[in-house]
Amino acid sequence: MSDHVREKVSNWELIKNGIIKENTIFRLVISLCPAIAVTNAVKNGFFLGIAVLFVQTMVNTTVALIRDFIHPKIRIPIFMLIISGWVTVVDMVIAAIAPDVYKQIGLYIQIIVAFASILARAEMFASKHGPVNSFFDGLGSGLGFLVALVIISFFRELLGRGALWGFPIVDAKPMLIFILPAGGFLAVGLLMGFFNWIDMKFYGGKGAGGAG
Amino acid sequence: MVAKKKEHELIVSVSPHVKSDVTTSGIMWTVNIALLPAFIFSVYFFGPRALIVTSLCIVTALLSEWGFQKFTDKDTTITDGSAVLTGLLLGLNLPATVPFYIPVIGTISAIVITKQLFGGLGYNIFNPALIGRAFVLITWPRAMTTWMKPDAAFTSFDAVSAATPLGILKEEGLAKLLVEFGDKVNLYTELFLGHRAGSLGETSVLALLIGACYLLYKRYITWHIPLSFIGTVAVIAWIFGGEGWFNGDPLIHILSGGLILGAFFMATDYVTAPSVRKGQIVFGVGCGLITMLIRLKGGYPEGVMFAILLMNCFTPMIDRNMRSSVFGARKQVKEEAK
Repeated sequence: MSDHVREKVSNWELIKNGIIKENTIFRLVISLCPAIAVTNAVKNGFFLGIAVLFVQTMVNTTVALIRDFIHPKIRIPIFMLIISGWVTVVDMVIAAIAPDVYKQIGLYIQIIVAFASILARAEMFASKHGPVNSFFDGLGSGLGFLVALVIISFFRELLGRGALWGFPIVDAKPMLIFILPAGGFLAVGLLMGFFNWIDMKFYGGKGAGGAG
Repeated sequence: MVAKKKEHELIVSVSPHVKSDVTTSGIMWTVNIALLPAFIFSVYFFGPRALIVTSLCIVTALLSEWGFQKFTDKDTTITDGSAVLTGLLLGLNLPATVPFYIPVIGTISAIVITKQLFGGLGYNIFNPALIGRAFVLITWPRAMTTWMKPDAAFTSFDAVSAATPLGILKEEGLAKLLVEFGDKVNLYTELFLGHRAGSLGETSVLALLIGACYLLYKRYITWHIPLSFIGTVAVIAWIFGGEGWFNGDPLIHILSGGLILGAFFMATDYVTAPSVRKGQIVFGVGCGLITMLIRLKGGYPEGVMFAILLMNCFTPMIDRNMRSSVFGARKQVKEEAK
């Protein structure tokens, strides 16, 4: 985390930072495995995004609350314990309220434990800031992940199945490649390039702009 | 003016001082010409659809290259023949019966994603035409594996669908293939002339060899990649291709599928194949191994395309590790090591 966050920043800035400037997928380019694996349908992408949003926010807050008691040498195992605790909560809740989605993305919800993005925020932000700031940073970062996943899965489901949220929209032969892993890489790469292009064209490449 | 000219004459430049008049665009247009026999044969076998599909590819290739270069404020290079070559190769790699949006989308993915987004001609990692084909093959598998019999082309647009020789070989075995074509000699002749189902340009080995010989004569390609590629396929087909070991029929595997087209015109692409002679042989052998692995054990009946694409990934590594040493340099290194 660079110095600009250490200064007094409003919570709104923190959220915007997470969604745009330090977007997990399109800017930091981490946690790409789930971004490619589950984004073949908007529903899957949305639920995984929600799960990550919740875990990220709660982990950030918890870490910030107990940051003074964590010995620096064993901080990573403790972060992992906190993360896995919250992931278990999300895992059980989604299995209870949306069993059909859970069947498809259950595995990926469990490996939220190992997502680089969550540990990165806990290590780089929450262990150095207060609980309120950390809460909003987690909210922003999680929202950024959610938005990125929904954007990717929107294009992939539309092109690959001709449908959105499971409902058929276009009555043409779908482009099967977009729901396969190869299409996932293509979609992420092209979208990333598109957002970088917007950033360069309209905001001078300072990372200040670019949607999602 | 005079002073300027004098200045110009006094410029001392670094070597090389003797330049050949072979240019990139000259080579590209020559390869285009070398593909003409295959193109003519494809129109002869598959009728007007072949002409339409191939022209669609070429026109889309030119338009998308021009459009992308206009969009990104680069110099347009559509006259250098490389876009035409990509379009032509992709067109010759499609079945005659494809719906007309497939050549268009395939070409756009070949030119824009595979070539221009990586930096244009000379910077692409993968062969553009092959990526274009892989893209549409994965996207519309049904349409891309519906082949037609060569005969029915001129009488109507309603084609009679048929399986490719390799498809029959994979699904039903050699016996069925012999029933289809009569005896073995007849099978070889038909395969050689191109009178069989398949992609537009891959069927006629005769036409492809005419073009390949022209390229070999002009020395725009060397024998290393094609020979090692085809040789490996032949050896593996002989060892593992039949019932039991050392019982296979290499000729069927050589003459059918896209092997000749791939080995002479696509594996030899300057940009995506190694430039060292030793490395070219490694590249060819690798292509042959992967091709036969897919043909004999894989899910697809044909593996030339994926084989060349996979070996394209290894090209930088091959080039780096098999660089020929400068004369005398190895001795020096050894002495230093002592």
